Amino acid sequence: MIELDEQDRAILAALSRDATQTAAALGGRIGLSQPATWRRIKRLRESGVLAGQRVALDAQALGFGVTVFLGVKLATKGRVSLEDFERAVAAIPEVQLVEHVLGLYDYRLRVVARDLADFERVLRRRVMTLPGVGDVEANVLLSEERRPGPI
Amino acid sequence: MLDDVDKRLLRQLQAEPSLTAAELAGRAGVSALKATRRLGRLQENGILKGQHAVINWAALGYVVGVSLRITLDKTQSRAFDEFMEGARTIPEVTEIQTFLGRVDVRLSVIALDMAHYQTVYREQILALPHMADIEALMTVATLHNDESLPL
Repeated sequence: MIELDEQDRAILAALSRDATQTAAALGGRIGLSQPATWRRIKRLRESGVLAGQRVALDAQALGFGVTVFLGVKLATKGRVSLEDFERAVAAIPEVQLVEHVLGLYDYRLRVVARDLADFERVLRRRVMTLPGVGDVEANVLLSEERRPGPI
Repeated sequence: MLDDVDKRLLRQLQAEPSLTAAELAGRAGVSALKATRRLGRLQENGILKGQHAVINWAALGYVVGVSLRITLDKTQSRAFDEFMEGARTIPEVTEIQTFLGRVDVRLSVIALDMAHYQTVYREQILALPHMADIEALMTVATLHNDESLPL
């Protein structure tokens, strides 16, 4: 596993805030030369710590007014049903996240929709018809904050 | 409102955020000048909010991921604010979401191993104010994670 020093941490924190900044601009802010900053970014990428970037869009302005988290319990279990379920659920365009979890539910899904009526359509036609699906619990997202994490 | 060109550009950008404006233009089938102008406008409008590096916490040794679903004591008028304030001070909390539904708040918590999780849970999470109930889902695997909007 890769060890991080203070400057690596500063680079990770800065890129989490804004991944579009150049190595020169970022280096300038943390007191490193452009080549030194670039080398560190490259090392963080190669070790898998920097795993790409995410585009933040205003979902509301783009007409996606509702995000819902679903807890899904499978009615039937067994290797085949898990694989069928996983393949089918990941193919639904409105499903952004699929996590296999341990606890009250078997899967946790993040679903985006235009409004509640659109969500109901996705839930009825796409989610409830998935192979093996049992209990489903829905919670509508009101607010979301991403924290920097332990860096 | 967005037209087809904007949507094509955003779709390509979501699919591969590291592309330059010229590469995006090529994929969306418009001139580089037009792409640059459109992306600039999307930024000004606040629709394109920015880009953030994605950190793979497992590569830094944080292999435990737990989703804590919390019900708050809503008889306390400041329950939400005070709970969130406290949750923000815990470095291992990477996401805070609030919901309409059976669950009020969800925290994503990461830890180095189960012993570390136990420490974070007992000493920091359980010290948060106004919790009425807490339920944990442990992440076994993330099978699909793509926050792209289906534009």
